[in-house]
Amino acid sequence: MNDVIISLFASAGYDRAAQGVAGAGRRLAADCGAQLHAVIIGAPDAAMKAAVAAVADAVTIADIGDYQTEICLSALTQICKTLAPQAVLLSNDFYSQELAPRLAHRLGGSAVADGLALNLVEGKVRVNRSVYGGKAMATIELQRSPAVVWLRARAFDPAPLRPEATTAIQPATLDLPTRVSTTIIERKVEAGDEARLEDAKVIVSGGRGLGSPEPFNELQKLANILGAQMAASRAACDAGWVPPSWQVGQTGKKVAPGLYLAVAIHGASQHLAGISDAKNIAAINIDKDAPIFKQCRFGIVEDYRKVVPLLIARLNALKK
Amino acid sequence: MPVNIIVCVKQILDPEIPSRDFRVDAEQREAVRGAANLVTNIFCENALETALQLKEKSGGKITVISYGADSTEDALRKALAMKADAAIHILNDGQAHPDPLSVAQVLAAAIRKLGEFDVVMLGRESGDWGVGQTAGLLAEELGVAAVAFVDKVEIGADGLQLKRQTDVGYERVAATMPLVISITNDEHNVPRIPKTRDVMMSFRQPLTKWTLEDLGVNAAEVRAGNHYYAVVDLFIPVQELNCEFVDGDTLEARVEKFAQRIIEVTGSM
Ligand SMILES: Cc1cc2nc3c(=O)[nH]c(=O)nc-3n(C[C@H](O)[C@H](O)[C@H](O)COP(=O)(O)OP(=O)(O)OC[C@H]3O[C@@H](n4cnc5c(N)ncnc54)[C@H](O)[C@@H]3O)c2cc1C
Ligand SMILES: Nc1ncnc2c1ncn2[C@@H]1O[C@H](COP(=O)(O)O)[C@@H](O)[C@H]1O
Repeated sequence: MNDVIISLFASAGYDRAAQGVAGAGRRLAADCGAQLHAVIIGAPDAAMKAAVAAVADAVTIADIGDYQTEICLSALTQICKTLAPQAVLLSNDFYSQELAPRLAHRLGGSAVADGLALNLVEGKVRVNRSVYGGKAMATIELQRSPAVVWLRARAFDPAPLRPEATTAIQPATLDLPTRVSTTIIERKVEAGDEARLEDAKVIVSGGRGLGSPEPFNELQKLANILGAQMAASRAACDAGWVPPSWQVGQTGKKVAPGLYLAVAIHGASQHLAGISDAKNIAAINIDKDAPIFKQCRFGIVEDYRKVVPLLIARLNALKK
Repeated sequence: MPVNIIVCVKQILDPEIPSRDFRVDAEQREAVRGAANLVTNIFCENALETALQLKEKSGGKITVISYGADSTEDALRKALAMKADAAIHILNDGQAHPDPLSVAQVLAAAIRKLGEFDVVMLGRESGDWGVGQTAGLLAEELGVAAVAFVDKVEIGADGLQLKRQTDVGYERVAATMPLVISITNDEHNVPRIPKTRDVMMSFRQPLTKWTLEDLGVNAAEVRAGNHYYAVVDLFIPVQELNCEFVDGDTLEARVEKFAQRIIEVTGSM
């Protein structure tokens, strides 16, 4: 059978998302009796090379420099055309989401977004995904091959390591376009994002109920005590109180912390769609009927303005 | 430099309806409309707002197009009320939720029928099925480049200067036209509220109607809307969790319990 390809970015390393993609890829490959072929875009460090070689049957490296959409799309298309895979799996980072539908189109395949589970049914790939802003689940059957799926990567178990494997690592031979009509001319990492929100163990998140940007400073103090990262609802991001990269939810980050503390966040299904993998959710909300509480392990019904200062003081004391 | 802009909008079931009122028809694999409103997908409105701001600076023309059922006319009238220049309704008399390739093929055919364009703006995803593919597939159908997750569009040296969101921050992109872009939300493209007068006016403005037969697409395949993918199951997942509301006689006592619970769950990590 033809290969299952996983597409990874060297810049991310073999992070939790890459591990999830590899895990999903290995299981799908086993289901269809195929080889797992990893494609790494960019120049991976030694650690990543070793890690990917330990999970995949073959590795191709496409060292095409910093991400440029049209060039990367061309490179991936060429590699996939050569390998004629039956499936191509990607993570749910922005670049992968940008590439996947166009890659599927160029390969004559079908793409689907944000997969939570993959199954092979009578030779066709079926993908479970959440729809209607997290209110429902759908199973989608991809009619054309290859199946190009970007996954809710961290929701998948990592692939088993096979340290004894002698996996061949090969550079891709590519014929890349020299003139493209779009060029990324500046890349900016926003402050506070040195560590990825997706990998945070504890997250303190604020919503529109905070009323203005200033209370985020108070939440930051709380976060500092807990060693937490900061996040927000879409309403708080849209208000311009915090950067868009803080947004958690259906169209924001999908996070999986041990504790997600939601402060003055209502809990719209689209927000909950980003925190369904959190181990514990806790909330501070003035409204006892706010849907966020339905997802909470514990909560406090109170004005955050009263709770947060006291909480900072108590946590400071308890931590000593 | 006047810019010829096309904005694709989609009408959807109001995504803000609370979960407790949401039902699905498992047989039809479709949400039950119930008492919910039909609204324009929010990212389409962000796209239209972005287009309007661009036109205010550069001049040009904005044509809004939508492929949808009869009710879609409301979404197009609203776009006209927001001050789009022209609206085209391609009637969908087939599958209510066609797969994204069918949609992209219809939109591409309509855009070709319109003739020249500089930039097509779509939403990053729709709030019902969250497909997130139409912009990319449309770019391929039209054979032009695409940039995703754009939140700002300005006229640049020889084309457009785009700002777009990434996982860790943002990027600036220089792009020549023609181009397809998908728009995401930020504080600068919160959709404007149309003036009452413009809402009234919009009902008197012309609205072009096309059928699939007018477009020269494979109408049977597009009506079936499942040659790219098919929905085989739709259900509401059950999850029940009991929230422990911290109790106590005073606020201090409750916050104390809350703090302890936080320490418990974070301590073991
Ligand atoms: C297609 C689509 C995609 C979306 N994607 C996302 C997404 O990715 N992420 C996201 O977050 N949203 C998303 N949304 C928006 C979502 O539907 C909600 O509108 C949004 O999450 C609301 O944010 P909020 O809870 O902060 O604000 P609100 O709904 O305004 O809630 C504020 C909360 O604060 C509480 N409150 C007020 N004052 C106080 C006080 N003094 N003390 C304590 N509590 C107080 C209120 O009781 C209320 O529960 C999306 C919507 C659509 C249509
Ligand atoms: N039926 C349609 N008519 C017009 N535009 C659409 C239609 N479906 C999707 N789009 C556009 O594609 C964007 C993304 O939708 P989707 O790919 O379905 O998540 C929407 O925000 C619209 O701009």
